Amino acid sequence: MKISARRVDKVTIFDISGDIDMSNSPELRKALLHEIRDARASRVVLNLSATKYIDSSGVASLVEGLKASRDMGSRFVLFGLSASAREVLQLSRLLKIFEVRENEEQALTS
Amino acid sequence: MKTLAANQQRDTKRPAKMNHDFLLKIELRSHPRLLSVLRGAMEPLMEVLGFSEEESRSIIRAIDEAVSNIMRHSYRGRFDRPIEVSCRSLRRRSNGKGGQGVEFLLFDRGPAVDPTKLPGRPLDELRCGGLGLHFIRGSVDRVEYKRTANTNRLRLVKYARSSKQRSNP
Repeated sequence: MKISARRVDKVTIFDISGDIDMSNSPELRKALLHEIRDARASRVVLNLSATKYIDSSGVASLVEGLKASRDMGSRFVLFGLSASAREVLQLSRLLKIFEVRENEEQALTS
Repeated sequence: MKTLAANQQRDTKRPAKMNHDFLLKIELRSHPRLLSVLRGAMEPLMEVLGFSEEESRSIIRAIDEAVSNIMRHSYRGRFDRPIEVSCRSLRRRSNGKGGQGVEFLLFDRGPAVDPTKLPGRPLDELRCGGLGLHFIRGSVDRVEYKRTANTNRLRLVKYARSSKQRSNP
C-alpha cells in the first residue's frame, strides 16, 4: 500500500494504492488520525480507486478516521470504492454510515 | 518434516487416505506481509475452478481474515510460526442445491480457541475491532473449528451458486 496526500486549504485528499490489510493498516490509521486531529483538516477525502482489497483491519482504520472526524467536527469522505471494498462495508453494515461518493469532484463538493 | 495436517491426522490415529479431490497446499509463516502472497495465489485458483468474481472475492476474503486471525490471536503477532492452508474440491451439496464447492482447511499450532468467542461482536455499534469473524461467516457457507493434538483446524466451505464452475483441473 502507498499513501500520498494532497492538500488544498483545509482539505486533504489521500490517494491510496494497493491492498489494505493487517500488514499496513496501522500506517493508514496513523496518517488519517494525524490529518484529522493534528493538522485539523476540515475535510479528509480518501481516494480508494487504486485499492482492490480492504480487510477488517483496514475497515477498522476507516472507522477510527470517521470517529475522529466526528469528534473534530470535520468531514470524512470516501470515493472510488472497488467491488471488494463495497462488499466489506456492506458486510459490516457501514456502507450507509460512511459518506461514499462516486468521484473526486463529488467528494469535494458534496 | 510432518505437516500440521499430517500431525493432526497421525495424532487422531486416522489412516491417511488418498484424496483425489485435493488441489493445493500452501505452507507459510505467520508474517502479515505474506497475506498478499496468499491472496495472490488464491485468485487464479478460484478462476481455474470456475467461481464467479464475486464468489472468488468472498472465498479470498474468508481465507485472508482467517489467516489474519491466526497471526493476530493464535500466534499473538509472532512472525515465524507455521500456518498451513490446504484446498480440495467438493461434490455438489447433498440437497442438490448449488454448484460444486471448495473446502479450505487452515491449520496452526497456537493455543486452543475458545468457541464461545467465535460468534464475534454485534454490528449495531460503531466500533473498530472484531469484524474479521463477521467477514468470514458472511463470505462462506460453512465455518467449523476443531482442536486436535495441539493443532487448531478451521474448515471453510464455499459452494458455487452459478453454473459456471468447471470440473477439477
